[in-house]
Order: sequence, then structure tokens, then C-alpha cells
Amino acid sequence: MSTRSFGARVERNVDPKLLRGEGAFIDDIPLANVLHTAFLRSPHARARIKSIDVRAAKQHPGVVAVYTCDDIGVLDMAMPLLIPHPCMKNPQTQRPLARDEVHYVGQTIAMVVAVDRYTAEDGAGLIEVEYEPLPVEMDMEKALAPGAPLVHEKAPGNLAAHFVQVCGKPDDAFARAEHIVKIRVQVDRSTAAPMECRAIAARWDAVSGELTVWDGTQAPISVRGGLASIFALDEDKVRVIAPDVGGGFGQKVLFFYPDELLVPMAAMQLGRPVKYIEDRRENFLGSSQERTQIHEIELAALKTGEVIGLRDSFLHDTGAYIPYGIAVAQVASTSIAGPYRIPNIWVEFKAVYTPTVQVTPYRGCGRPQACFAVERAMDQLAEELGLDRFEIRKRNFIGVDQFPYEREGLLFADGLKVTLDSGQYAKALGMAADALGASSFAADQAAARAEGKYLGLGLACYVEGTGLGPYEGGHVRIHPITGKVYVNTGLSTQGQGHDTVFAQIVSDQLGVKPEDVIVVEGDTKAFDWGVATFASRAAVVSGNAIHKTAITVRKKTITAAANMLEVAEDEVELRDGAAWVIGSNRFVPLAAVATASNPLRYAFNEAAQAATQFAPASKHDGPPLGEGTAPGLEATDYYSPPASTWAYGVHAAIVEVDPGTCAVKIRKYICIHDCGNMINPMIVEGQVMGGIAQGIGGALYERLDYQPDGNLANASFMDFLMPYATEIPDVKILHLETPSPLNPLGVKGVGEAGCIAVGAVVASGVEDALKQLGPMKFRHVPLTPTMISDALESVGH
Amino acid sequence: MKRTIKPSIPERSEDPLIEVSLTVNGEAVTRKVSMRMLLSDFLRHELGLTGTHVGCEHGVCGCCTVHIDGKAGRSCLTLAAQANGADIRTIESVATSETVLHPIQQAFKECHALQCGFCTPGMVMNILSRFEEPGPLDLSDEGIRDMLSGNLCRCTGYINIIAAVRRAGELTGRT
Repeated sequence: MSTRSFGARVERNVDPKLLRGEGAFIDDIPLANVLHTAFLRSPHARARIKSIDVRAAKQHPGVVAVYTCDDIGVLDMAMPLLIPHPCMKNPQTQRPLARDEVHYVGQTIAMVVAVDRYTAEDGAGLIEVEYEPLPVEMDMEKALAPGAPLVHEKAPGNLAAHFVQVCGKPDDAFARAEHIVKIRVQVDRSTAAPMECRAIAARWDAVSGELTVWDGTQAPISVRGGLASIFALDEDKVRVIAPDVGGGFGQKVLFFYPDELLVPMAAMQLGRPVKYIEDRRENFLGSSQERTQIHEIELAALKTGEVIGLRDSFLHDTGAYIPYGIAVAQVASTSIAGPYRIPNIWVEFKAVYTPTVQVTPYRGCGRPQACFAVERAMDQLAEELGLDRFEIRKRNFIGVDQFPYEREGLLFADGLKVTLDSGQYAKALGMAADALGASSFAADQAAARAEGKYLGLGLACYVEGTGLGPYEGGHVRIHPITGKVYVNTGLSTQGQGHDTVFAQIVSDQLGVKPEDVIVVEGDTKAFDWGVATFASRAAVVSGNAIHKTAITVRKKTITAAANMLEVAEDEVELRDGAAWVIGSNRFVPLAAVATASNPLRYAFNEAAQAATQFAPASKHDGPPLGEGTAPGLEATDYYSPPASTWAYGVHAAIVEVDPGTCAVKIRKYICIHDCGNMINPMIVEGQVMGGIAQGIGGALYERLDYQPDGNLANASFMDFLMPYATEIPDVKILHLETPSPLNPLGVKGVGEAGCIAVGAVVASGVEDALKQLGPMKFRHVPLTPTMISDALESVGH
Repeated sequence: MKRTIKPSIPERSEDPLIEVSLTVNGEAVTRKVSMRMLLSDFLRHELGLTGTHVGCEHGVCGCCTVHIDGKAGRSCLTLAAQANGADIRTIESVATSETVLHPIQQAFKECHALQCGFCTPGMVMNILSRFEEPGPLDLSDEGIRDMLSGNLCRCTGYINIIAAVRRAGELTGRT
């Protein structure tokens, strides 16, 4: 290989299997004699459970077992609080099966195990529960008021957490401000809606005492730790496998969902494999959601447009529980100043319990809300000061020479001080303006107006702290028989192409084709040190761990090959799957080097003969395997980031609004994006584009419609509006590559980037399009036709 | 763990059975199955053809799309019993050979038109049915978007799928 694989548009290794329908998603894994489960879920948002009668369900033919909270032993407990934080007041987590009371519609009350799913659902339908419904308050602001109905009796005022962070001297800044803007913005609740719902299967082997769990999770190693702990099993006896997983977007990083504990329990008790395949309705009613926040944000500025202070007080809806701690709200708080210098910040949030599905990170994790707040405020400030929207941003950007830029007093999700490490914000803004044609837009807008069309320009910038610690590992081994390279890490993949980007990293070090690098992850028997796939961290943390490891294996390979070729190490190069003497046609294949590095007794193939005891090449002084050495070409290493590395971008769009139908059409969409060095631009663009599409969903369509009684009115793909191909415009994605100074590969994360700015861009564009019709403000997403209609009506249109 | 007496577990439910005979990927198949078994479950769990995925079970997402008598149909909205006598085609039959992908699959790979791959078989089966329909194929941007309007994808943002359909047009000589 003479060309570098890193940075190339390498097609994905995983694709042929998936395209042929040969993927192995959890429900595809054949398990002999598997039993199926169904859950009885609460139809009430708040109620006391007066009685549960499972007799009829148990007698139903084909039903094997019915579990309520009384039948699940040690599992009758509040599930773990994953990320404790001192600002939480008596944090509440869900119980696998409700005891005495329910806290949201969809909460699991009983689990039925049966010979097939149809029968299990029959059984669930036969369970009689007597409820005493309790009052609910669905409005987050009203829920905080004295006397509001409580989601948990133990959580007075429905307050789950209250936290204030201060950077600099915000009071002084506001005292000397020449202009202050204050706006209120709101983002409504959405859901990740991965195409594959959550799924779990478990098999208990009574002979080996091993529990195998197939879990469509983003965190197999962490799930393994939790299962071993809760079931009091040795870690080595619990194997968690996340096979092919059909999208995650954060929803699958939470553990535990009730089924993740109850299904393994049933498999152990019944001595048969058991599985639970969540259906779409259950995904809406039981799997984590995110986004609802209401921000009151103020900017203190000088007449020049320089923002010297920011105050933001926001409410964060955490749903009925807070198992993931304050992560979402904390990320929102620490991202609130975006790419701007703003040296003085006061940011406060209150996390509020509501009787709804629990809230945990969904792609973006608080960043879309923070971006929406600060970007809408910047637009307002520009308008009030008579400045161009591009110009005001340029005047406030952190300059290229100001990195690392610290926000003393703001602690990011990794517990470390917010430190933006690198970027070329102004350059990105300039690229966006050029690509959009911003300089001629005023004329275009006027011309369109003359034809009766309303065009608007939308703009927003974002930053994203990525590559969260604590660490990940990499294991690399050159296989002695095939010469292929095997790579392991502790993550799992949900479509991000780990198998290809990690292969590219290794390919460059070992001189093999990316398709000859086999990446195996998502299996605790393959590699079990590490954390999980979340927070745009895989390329940064596992990528660098694998890179470090591959360098070690490269050194070992060159040493061994130099010995075999009888030349100095600096005369050896690795390419085309072999070690070559530079400038000659002498080489040994990597397989042969790997074989020779492993002293053998048995010649299982021709290559192996050279490594057996009587072969000339095996002559050595001392023992066959030297003291302090290991057989084979193999290494394991780890990477622990010193801090998060901050990616960023600028999005701009031209939208058209039809004041008659109140429809919004995105005419042009530009994304300038910088995630440091790109391992595979094709995959980066795929991640960004997918994020933008989800962002468009959140900007215009997706809103979970909880009714005043707590029922979710649109718990299906019929009623929850997600974008199809017909809703997504062409998007122009342009890259900047500012290498991260924090890690050897110079990479930053990209998984969440695309979705962050879209809501702000769309609202900004719609406001601009309709400004001639009156002073309408759009500060609430999704921005529906009804909102536009109401706004038009408010200005007498 | 202490060994306990194994529970007595029946082999199957007491659902009434019905015999269905159909052709799947060119092979004749006869099975006795529950009258309420969905075609998607029949293909996946009775026949082991798990390439057909189930994403919503209410006919919206398109993951479960197969060909029923030559037309794209939702296997999650069809009972196995309804498919008695039908000619069914699934994703497992599409590739040209063990080593060569069908041009639509090849185009998906070249254009990075899949990420998690869960929606992909349904996408491919839907596009394939349109490519196999007699008459002209509308491969304009709008035509392709319309072609894809019955399939949800949550990963790609569709743009690369649109590009893949265009590329498949090139690979198959359709314009």
C-alpha cells in the first residue's frame, strides 16, 4: 500500500453483509426453544396500584410464567443511578416492575413469558389491574408550583435537580452592558426512533454457569458489569454481545431498561432462552426520550455587538426518572456560550420530574437546545443593534490565536473545565456565507418577494465537546494463518462504520488493505475493557487507542521481519500485506512473520514448518520464547483523553415560507463542518447528513404529543412525523480540518454534530422570511404550520 | 445456581393452525402455522429468512417490504395465511451471486447509502420492484424521492440513498 488509508473514502467492510440481508440483529439470532415476552404497561400517568390479578394470564395455554414485582426477588428494586451528581435531590429511578404505584403511561407492571409473542400478548391482556388514578400536571412550569401534583412523593416540588454554574463576573458584565436582550425559547420533546427498536435475548447455560445476553445496547461492557453485580455472578460468567444494532442515537446507552434485567432473570429461572423484542409502540412508551427545555436567556452587549455577559435560566424536563443524572442539562449549560468568547456566564437549570417517559441523552444531548437559545438570542441582538447576523457572530468568535479557550467555572460532562481546544470559526462562517450566496441574498429575497414568494436566510453556529473519557482500549493481532489483522475494542456499533474507520487506522500502520482488517467489538468475550459508544467519542477514544496499539504491533513486526530478512530494521517497510526490504523485491508475508513469531511444536500448515523446533529459522540461544517477550504479533493499549476535544460548525439555509399554507420549504442548506482530521470523509458526511435529517425532524415535525392526562397521543409512526426522503433537501457539506491538538490522530467526534444547529437555522430563516409581514418571533421548535399561522394572525395577516 | 425442577413448557400455542403453501425465492414451501401469524414472522422465524426486518409492525416504515406476486408489499401487514399460493421474494434472493451484489446493492455500497442497515433490505426490495416494473423509470430527483417515500431511514438522511438509486440507474443502463 503506497497510499494512505486514513483520510480516504473507503467503502465499508460491513456493507455486503447488511445489503444481502445477512446481518445479525438480535431478533435474527436463532435460539433453539426460545420463549417470548410481553409486558403489561400502565395506562395511567399516575396511579396507585390497588391489586394485580394474574390468575387468568397464568392459565392461558402457552403462557409459561407471569411476573409481577412480587416474583422477581432481588430485581424488585430501584434500578441504578448511573451518573450521580451532588446537585440532585433524592434522585428517582425506575423499578423493573412497578410496585404500588406508576409514574408514567407505559411503565412496566408485569412480564408474561410464553411460547410465542402472540400468546405472550394474549397473556398480558388477561392481567387484571385495579388502579386508583391520581392527578397529574404535564406542564413543566406549573409542576414546580406549590401544590402541584407530585410525580414522586419523595420529590417535593417535582424538583429533580437544581444547579448553577458561573464563569467570570456576570453581574459586573450586566451592570456595564450598553444593551441587553432577553428572550425565551422552547424545544419540545422528541425521540431517537432508531429503526430497530430495542431488543434483548438471554441464554443461561446451567452446565458452565454462563449467562449469555444479546443486547442491542451501546454499552455492552457496562451492561455486563451491571448484570454481574445485580445477579451476583462472576463477571467472567456473564457475556454480553451487542451484535448488529439498528441505530441507537443515545436511546440504547441507558441501562437498565426493565427488560434488560427481567429477560436474563427469566432465562435463568426457566432454563430456556428468552427474548424480548420491543415493538414500535413500546419504543414510544418505554424507551428514553429527550429535548424539552425552556430557556430564559439574556445577553449583555456593548454597542459594537460584543457580548460581554450571558445569563441563562432553564427548565429541563427529565421525565419520571433521572437515571442518567443531569447529563443532558449539564451539557446544555456548558455549551450555552457556543463558539463565542462571552467571558462572563451565569447559567442555572432546574430539572423537573414530569409523569412521562424518562429523559436520557438523545443525539445532541442538550446541545441543540443550548444552540437554539444562544443563536436565537444572537439574532435578536443583531436586529436590535442593527447589525448583520454574520457580522455580529464574527465579532464574538473565539479567534484562532485564542485557543485553548477556557471557561473557568463551567464543568463539562467529563467533570473537567470547559476548554475549547481549536477551531477556525470565522473561516467557517465565511465559507458558509460564500456557499450560500449570502452577499446576494438581499437582492434574491427582494426579487422573490416581487413574485409573491417569501424567502428567508437562516444561520446558526454550534460547538460540540466530543471524545469524552474516561478511556477505551484497542487490541491488535496479526493472524498467523491468514495474515489478516484482528482488531478489538470495547465499543459497539449502531451503523457508524467503526469496522471500516478502525481498519483504516490499522491499515496505515501495518500496510494491509482495510478489508483485511477484521474489527470485532460489542462482545465482552472479545474485549472487555472500556465504556461505551456515546458522546461522539468512538473515533477519538477507541480510534486513538487502536492507533497506539497498531504502532506497537508495527514495531514488533518490523523487528521480527528484519530478523527474518537479515537486514536492519530501518531497511524494512510494511506494504501490501508483507514486510519488504526497501528498494528490493525481497519480502516475507505478514502471515509468515506472525507465524515465525510464535514458536511451534506442530506444523499445521506449510508456513508453520518454519516455526517448528527443528527448522533452521528456529535456531536460537536460550528458550524459544525469550524472557519478557510474548508470542505472535499482538498488542493491547489504551487511550484516555486529557479533556474533551471541541468540534464545531456553521449551518446556513435559505427557506421559503408560504404564508397561505404556512408550509416551510428548505431551498438550500449549507453545512460547514470541522471534526479535525477526517478518517473517512464519506462516513463523516454520512454522520453529518443523518444528523441534519434528524435536526430537520426536530425543527419542523417531531413532537411527542403528551395529552393533559399523560397519555402519548402519537405513539406510532402513523402519527409521529419523521422526515422521509420527500422532506429532506439536498445539503451541501463542506469540510474544514483543524487537527485536534489533544490526541495523536488529531480527530474530533462527529456523531452528534449534524443535528445541533438545525432548529436554530430553520427558525432564523422563517423569521427572516416573514419579517416584512410584521414583527413575528419564532422561538419554539418544532416550528409547525399552526405556530406560523398563529404568528401571522397575531400581526393581522 | 441450584438446580431446580424444569418447568413443563408446551411446544407451541393452542392457536388454530392452517396449512400454507407458497413459493419463496423460487422454492416451494409448505408449512402449518398459526392462523394469525404474520408473513414477516413466517419468513423470519419459520423459514429463517431474517433479512426481512420489522421496524414498526403497522405498515409505515417499510423495513419489512418483500415482493408479493411481483409487487412490493408489507409483510408485517400480511398474514402468512393470506400469502397462500403467492410468489414471495425476499432480500436473500437479490444478490447476483455469492460474491457479486445486485447493481442496486452495489450502488448502495458505493454511495454509502446505508449505516445501521436495518431499513436497507426493505429499501432495496422497494427500489427493485420499481426497477422491475415495465415502462419508464422516473429517475429525476423528484421521481427518486417519490420512489423512496414509503421507506423510513433514521441514519442516512436519505441523500446518499437518492444518489444510490441514481447510480443503480447508471449500473443497469436505466436513465
